[in-house]
Amino acid sequence: MLSPLHKQLLNDFQQNLPISATPYQDIALSLGVTEDDVLLAFQELQDQQFIARIGSVIAPNLIGVSALMAMAVPTENLIKTAEIVNQYPEVNHNYERDNRFNLWFVLIAKDKSSLQTVIADIELTTGYNTLYLPLIADYFINLGFEIDFDD
Amino acid sequence: MIDAIDWQLLARVQQGLPLVSRPYADIGKGLNLSENEVLKRVARLKQQGVIKRLGVVVNHRRLGYTANAMVVFDVAASLIEQIGEHVSQFSFVNLCYQRPAQGEQWPYNLYCMIHGKNKEKVLQQLEYLKQSCGLLQCKSEVLFSKQCFKQRGALYQMSPDQEKEKV
Repeated sequence: MLSPLHKQLLNDFQQNLPISATPYQDIALSLGVTEDDVLLAFQELQDQQFIARIGSVIAPNLIGVSALMAMAVPTENLIKTAEIVNQYPEVNHNYERDNRFNLWFVLIAKDKSSLQTVIADIELTTGYNTLYLPLIADYFINLGFEIDFDD
Repeated sequence: MIDAIDWQLLARVQQGLPLVSRPYADIGKGLNLSENEVLKRVARLKQQGVIKRLGVVVNHRRLGYTANAMVVFDVAASLIEQIGEHVSQFSFVNLCYQRPAQGEQWPYNLYCMIHGKNKEKVLQQLEYLKQSCGLLQCKSEVLFSKQCFKQRGALYQMSPDQEKEKV
């Protein structure tokens, strides 16, 4: 079960972890608990996989070049195709979605020409064409994801 | 400017801060940097916008948010920016991007992501979003995620010689 402290740590520190020598101490002070309480609660959240990590999210396309890709794969070939796609280190998300375009993955490469090379190679090894859907504009202003802890 | 040490530091911070009293000192040890140097660099990278956010990265699925919908719309080019900015303001919208339409096979140019606890709730939120943003007449599709084949943080494989060209 999540304690009130767990919930506060999940909800209130998604955006701006204090950039100080002692961020957990700063959090503890702001919540009126001890640093050890905060460290223990974060450890529990990590152990139980409520949080992936406490770290940075890097702006898309500031580093390297990325693109969302989609493929329409016959159901009977989906898993095999997904496994081929997964073998490319440039692939970092790969999902099935309920659509005629049923395989969706994100590619990241160091520049546009390496990205094109990987795309051509994936099309060759899987035997399917791709939709190439690079980011044009990011409208999202991240105000944090407010978790609803009810039900 | 971003130098080779910044890249090493970014790769390290992306993996997550250690759960110790002085996490930046800990990270600095591995990179031969002082705690103060690490803090200065992280603060600058955040200020430059290279680090989009620094904080708790929650596992939505584990928190009960198992319905993940990517919603795509075919929006008039003249309205897309205005609509995109409007869509992104709803608390249940996680991401909102413009991407190029791909002809008749995929005519959509506006993408948003909605995480919810179940499909019904997500679809209700989507209806509300469409009404509020003038999207009822737009062609759209909802793609719920099914199997996850791979998911990892965007750890870029940068070698030092590539890094010099960037930003």
